Amino acid sequence: MKLKEAAKKEERLTGGHRLCSGCGAGTVARLVMRASDNPAVVGCATGCLEVSTTIYPYTAWEDSFIHNAFENVGATISGVESAYRSLKKQGKMDEDFDFIAIGGDGGTYDIGFQSLSGAMERGHDMVYLCYDNGAYMNTGIQRSSATPKGANTTTSPAGEVIPGKQQYRKELTDIMAAHNIPYVAQASPFKPQDLMKKAKKAFEVDGPAFINVLAPCPRGWRSKAEEGIELTKIAADTCFWPLYEIEDGEWKLNYKPKNKKSITEWLEPQGRFKHLFQEENEALVEEIQEHVDQRWNTILNRCGEL
Amino acid sequence: MSNQVALTGNEVMAQAMRQINPDVVAAYPITPQTAMVQVFSQFVADGNVDTEYVTVESEHSAMSATVGASAAGSRAMTATAANGLALMWEILYIASGTRLPIVMPVVNRALSGPINIHCDHSDAMGARDAGWIQFFAENAQEAYDNAIQAVRISEHEDVRLPSMVNLDGFIISHAVENLEILADDEVEEFVGEYHADNYLLNSESPIAVGPLDLQDFYFEHKMQQSVAVENVKDVVLKVAEEYKGISGREYGLFEEYKLDDAEIAVVALGSTTGTAKAAVDNLREQGVKAGLLKIRLYRPFPAQEIADALKDLKAVAILDRAETFSTTGGPVFADVKAALYDIKADVEATNYIYGLGGRDIKVGEIESVFTDLQQVVETGNVEQTINYLGVRE
Ligand SMILES: Cc1ncc(C[n+]2csc(CCOP(=O)(O)OP(=O)(O)O)c2C)c(N)n1
Ligand code: SF4
Ligand SMILES: [Mg+2]
Repeated sequence: MKLKEAAKKEERLTGGHRLCSGCGAGTVARLVMRASDNPAVVGCATGCLEVSTTIYPYTAWEDSFIHNAFENVGATISGVESAYRSLKKQGKMDEDFDFIAIGGDGGTYDIGFQSLSGAMERGHDMVYLCYDNGAYMNTGIQRSSATPKGANTTTSPAGEVIPGKQQYRKELTDIMAAHNIPYVAQASPFKPQDLMKKAKKAFEVDGPAFINVLAPCPRGWRSKAEEGIELTKIAADTCFWPLYEIEDGEWKLNYKPKNKKSITEWLEPQGRFKHLFQEENEALVEEIQEHVDQRWNTILNRCGEL
Repeated sequence: MSNQVALTGNEVMAQAMRQINPDVVAAYPITPQTAMVQVFSQFVADGNVDTEYVTVESEHSAMSATVGASAAGSRAMTATAANGLALMWEILYIASGTRLPIVMPVVNRALSGPINIHCDHSDAMGARDAGWIQFFAENAQEAYDNAIQAVRISEHEDVRLPSMVNLDGFIISHAVENLEILADDEVEEFVGEYHADNYLLNSESPIAVGPLDLQDFYFEHKMQQSVAVENVKDVVLKVAEEYKGISGREYGLFEEYKLDDAEIAVVALGSTTGTAKAAVDNLREQGVKAGLLKIRLYRPFPAQEIADALKDLKAVAILDRAETFSTTGGPVFADVKAALYDIKADVEATNYIYGLGGRDIKVGEIESVFTDLQQVVETGNVEQTINYLGVRE
């Protein structure tokens, strides 16, 4: 999809929402919705995007919207999509609809994981979009299983003896690929065309699709609001957040940095990693670098790039 | 044309679901409800219904998907029991708060722990304040009739609230009973087509369901919900009247059994009311003026009507198949006692908690409750307000 062409399309998530300035969640949702050619039903898990876009009596969504709870957007949209199939089958409606479930990393990797997995396994014709900002931001920056190792969050604080989060991120995109659904992708807002192209494929594919998108959160990342998108580019250039897609089981790499950057370039601009640059944490940064290198190799391998 | 059939409670509830022909059913199996969803799955597999059956991975997702399907504008049902109902708990409130007319059979079973698969009402009683309409049934016939009427009651424009149609696990769900089911076209006509006013699958008029509702509006919305609940009783009676026209069977908010001239009575709900009727009959033969009040509509609680029906008694015992662990007795006891207090009725009221985890309740035990009541009347003195019936010391 051409950027110019996409820019002409009507906005589906309008202004007036209450997301923080520089919040990636809104940017990601808007870009993805631009790829939809039908009226949609948007489902949102509890989280920043949900609380900021539908505060009664207002809604920032042009489409029908449903928020049910934190952990069940996968099941909720399953129900909406099943109603649609039933009514269509009975000849009670003939319009085409798109169905999209949106969750933050908490609502997707953690508490909503079962509901997501069930929805994908059952094969509903729906898109699941995860905007991954790496923590429970809405409730004040608590760690999730998507939080990067070493990050300082309010439940994995950097302290005198523990330097932030102890575990590496869960590789959810891989897990979704293991569901053998028609389309899985990882994307980033610094490549809007790539993101919209992936969203378009996700909407068009017959059956479930899952897209995981890195979404900057200046509050939680302790980064500058105006630098969010730049940070997502650094995430790709350091191979912290690789861009790839899995179409009918085929892995494909969508972005290969010209010069792979050191992980410190990703860590340094973010206050949540500040403590990692104290002398005693040098080894930890090295370890993180090694982990990223290994992971990058795995991806290259799967995508037939090695 | 009604049909005489011999079916288990689960089978006849599956028949009710087939006849209602919901657009979507999202359900998860749990004993003692399992046969209901199995039989219904077969109806789906054989093309006997238009239903999309969503084979969810849990009851939490069953209720979540049912909420999605109902909000989308379709007629949606699910069914569960015990731990399954408990797993739905969070979403029960979302279904009622969103004013979705979902109908859900609940096959009553004891809540864990310890785990037990047999009948008591701890599951449904735990959900009694979740904003759902709750019906209880003496037998499979009533459960079937309640399910069909519940569709109309839930979807009524003055109500728009979900309904739980309770039936006792095993005792009703697994016992074969001779009963009458309506003809398919009679049910089809009675429930009619469902048309939601506002729904997701309407691109002409998109809506936002489940927005963040803060201090400035939440309370008003809860107030509207309370008003809807107030409207339930009238609608239940109207629908019952109409249902009588096609079925010949009569329903109210509760049933009074030999209560007119009774001096002592028990209040109960569920299958035990059948046992209680036998006890009342035996006592009547001995010349004891015994009676029974069988609750059909438990939520909303018809407090005034029940108090009026009990006010001329000398003493009443309330049977509860659930414990509240409040030290103040069972849930039905609390409701009935409050209702009697409100009309300043001069009736001694005692409580009997019985049948937990499927412990049988026998006619003789209920007769012993009446003996206790006679004692209360004679001495004018309640020795023990809260009693446990049929439990070993
Ligand atoms: C069952 C339940 N548990 C906890 C919460 C509290 N809660 C609301 S949003 C949220 C975190 C959301 O995190 P995420 O999904 O990453 O979205 P974000 O806020 O980061 O956009 C939590 C913990 C809740 N609403 N419901
Ligand atoms: S806290 Fe973070 S995720 Fe939430 S609205 Fe602000 S920037 Fe967005
Ligand atoms: Mg998050």
